[in-house]
Amino acid sequence: MDRRDFLKTLAAAGALVTVKSSGMMDVMASTVPSTGAAPAADNADLAAVMNGEPAAMLEAAMKELGGISRFIKKGDKIVIKPNIGWDRTPELAGNTNPDLIVALIKMCQDAGAAEIKVFDHTCDNWTRCYDHSGIEAAVKKAGATMVYAHEQSSYERVDIPKGVSLKNAQVHKAIIECDKWINVPVLKNHGGALMTCAMKNHMGIVWDRRTFHSRGLHQCIADICTYKPAVLHIVDAYRTVATNGPQGRSASDVVLTKALFASPDIVAVDTAAGKFFTGINKSIKFEDIEHIPDGQKLGLGTMDLESINVKRVRL
Amino acid sequence: MAIVVIAILTFGFIDFAGIIDNPLLQKIQFGPALFSLSIVTLICLIAATLLLGRLYCSVICPLGIFQDFFNWLSKKFDKKKKYGFKPEKPWLRWGVLAVLIIAWLCGFTFLIGLVEPYSAYGRMADELFRPVYLFGNNILAAISEKLGNYRFYKVLISLKSISAFVVAVLTLLVIGHLSYHHGRTWCNTICPVGTLLGFFSRFSLLRIRIDKDRCNHCLACQRKCKAYCIDSANQQIDYSRCVDCFDCIDACKQKAIYFGPVKRQKADEPIDESKRQFLKSTLVIAALAPAALQAKVTGVKDTRVPMSPPGSISHKNLLNHCTACHLCVSKCPSHVLKPAGMEYGLGGMMQPVMKFDQGYCNYDCNLCSQVCPAGAIKPLTVEQKHKTQPGRVVFNINICVVNVNRTSCGACAEHCPVQAIHMVPFEGGLTIPETTPDLCVGCGGCEFICPVKAVHIEGNPIHLEAKAPEQDTVIETQDFDFGF
Repeated sequence: MDRRDFLKTLAAAGALVTVKSSGMMDVMASTVPSTGAAPAADNADLAAVMNGEPAAMLEAAMKELGGISRFIKKGDKIVIKPNIGWDRTPELAGNTNPDLIVALIKMCQDAGAAEIKVFDHTCDNWTRCYDHSGIEAAVKKAGATMVYAHEQSSYERVDIPKGVSLKNAQVHKAIIECDKWINVPVLKNHGGALMTCAMKNHMGIVWDRRTFHSRGLHQCIADICTYKPAVLHIVDAYRTVATNGPQGRSASDVVLTKALFASPDIVAVDTAAGKFFTGINKSIKFEDIEHIPDGQKLGLGTMDLESINVKRVRL
Repeated sequence: MAIVVIAILTFGFIDFAGIIDNPLLQKIQFGPALFSLSIVTLICLIAATLLLGRLYCSVICPLGIFQDFFNWLSKKFDKKKKYGFKPEKPWLRWGVLAVLIIAWLCGFTFLIGLVEPYSAYGRMADELFRPVYLFGNNILAAISEKLGNYRFYKVLISLKSISAFVVAVLTLLVIGHLSYHHGRTWCNTICPVGTLLGFFSRFSLLRIRIDKDRCNHCLACQRKCKAYCIDSANQQIDYSRCVDCFDCIDACKQKAIYFGPVKRQKADEPIDESKRQFLKSTLVIAALAPAALQAKVTGVKDTRVPMSPPGSISHKNLLNHCTACHLCVSKCPSHVLKPAGMEYGLGGMMQPVMKFDQGYCNYDCNLCSQVCPAGAIKPLTVEQKHKTQPGRVVFNINICVVNVNRTSCGACAEHCPVQAIHMVPFEGGLTIPETTPDLCVGCGGCEFICPVKAVHIEGNPIHLEAKAPEQDTVIETQDFDFGF
């Protein structure tokens, strides 16, 4: 990119922020129930929980956020999108913890979801990832539907009007067709993006993601997040691949961190998780994780955790 | 029984979902057993032939059973189809075998693979029948997906290599034509396994016998014999060509033909001098085949060194053992193993080579090494595979997107299971790949994902050991805070 292109892009991004942030606010506002039992002001914007098992931490976080019914309604068709990128067992934390997925499915079922689909576009061979992550078996046992994502025919090209570098992409039909979706990433180190969390997890809804790398990874990650924002982001940091991510070479790269972050604001949840992560792996500077400020610039949310209602819970 | 055997064997090649784990029937095939020197299997098969004749050719060999299918078809269309008796063509049979042995000694394993019956059938199953099966599955998957059922899933159908496809089609045409019109001619003129087993079946204990008192020379048996081996006029049977199909027993109205223990003849058969001389001369030529020729014709010409699958030890080992049955190619879940073109030279055509345009070798997968019936890919445990280096990573910084576009990427490092390629600080907060080839396991994840092919894997002609990564910067603190 030369200097002129850069300035153009900057100008375009600036214009988009001003135009689109109001649109984002509508999306956020619509997730708040108008006739909720608890007043919306009491509900946290971001819940951070530590020292518990995945299901217990999820429960504590959802209590702070005002319950799952704040985000999904009876009869909704829901997609839960974990990270199932690698042929790794749960102990090696390459993928989202299956216990957390099961707890979330149960919550959605109790809230009256009409349909719950789970999928990820894996990096490693998909059958091995679905199997060894423990997620396919857990999802089926919990009574939700495991959808495959290894075939181009499962995807459809959609426009991304708010995208800066990424103007369109082939997105999985489950995401396109659902009423609401919940993003459930696992927090990990990442060789390229430094950290992978809620925003980076969007690469798993896209088919043609190799172009992300040639067009500028951070901007494309921020761009795809504008397509159809998830109603809720739940970050699994029960076990964290602190070094040699995103796969980790062995168990020695994995730290038992026992944490969970949840928020409808993707930038806030990545900011919180990023600050937590850079406290574990101190060789990474939070400021270098570019896609988080890129997301803020696109109006996806706020990095200023002081400005929102953050609840911290230690179990 | 034959139908069950061929069904299981074929399913082994077309099964993509791993329903059959242990390819037992593949492991008792004569050709691969010979190449893997599975002494026990060989002894069992030869003993069975000495006892029963070439029953192998009718119930174990998939190509034999496949030919019987064409033969059956021909009888359906032509009720009056007749065979006859033709004298054996020993020079042709043993000549073909001799050429194959010499070719093998000179490094042209390709020729054996071309005619070895199990492998020839395997390639047809993998290149021709498998796509049909997958297509059927995909239709089923598409329908069930429309109905909201995700029990079945679609699979990728692709042409693995044009040459292998052409060879499979030609094999099908030749085998189909021969078996439709000329019965088991292939088995008794070209097939090296047929020739070898035919040598033993001459001495088999149980065999088709003609009761000379009952026989009225009606020629019914001769007309039914698809191996052309019954000389009804002289009441003689060429046991080297009889494949134990027993069609003649049913055909004989006089009940003069039966399958039973041989009666010892008083006078020894005349020794076939020409055959003995032939065998001797073959051995001499084989022994004299210059090793220099081998080195010349198998030299790899491509600038990129091809990569043979983990467990194959070296290009040479693969060349010496692989009959290109493509069981590994059909089993590879990541579509990495492809039939080679000229990568290994002419002699190694159609043998498996690793290509990363459709996927990369899964770090914890050792399927190909588990299924190989010919010992060309030796069995590896997952731990052994992690220490095997069939190729090494090569990085070209001049075309890397981080360097050229000044954007972050790291896709290669992301896919590397051993961090043989990892990201190090570059200009302005960016990170750029750095390689440690000693750690590389040659899985090709980096090559597959790299958007500009700035990384690729260069094969090791002789596989090396991948070094274990040193444990670095273990995070020891257990006292975390929210950090915000």
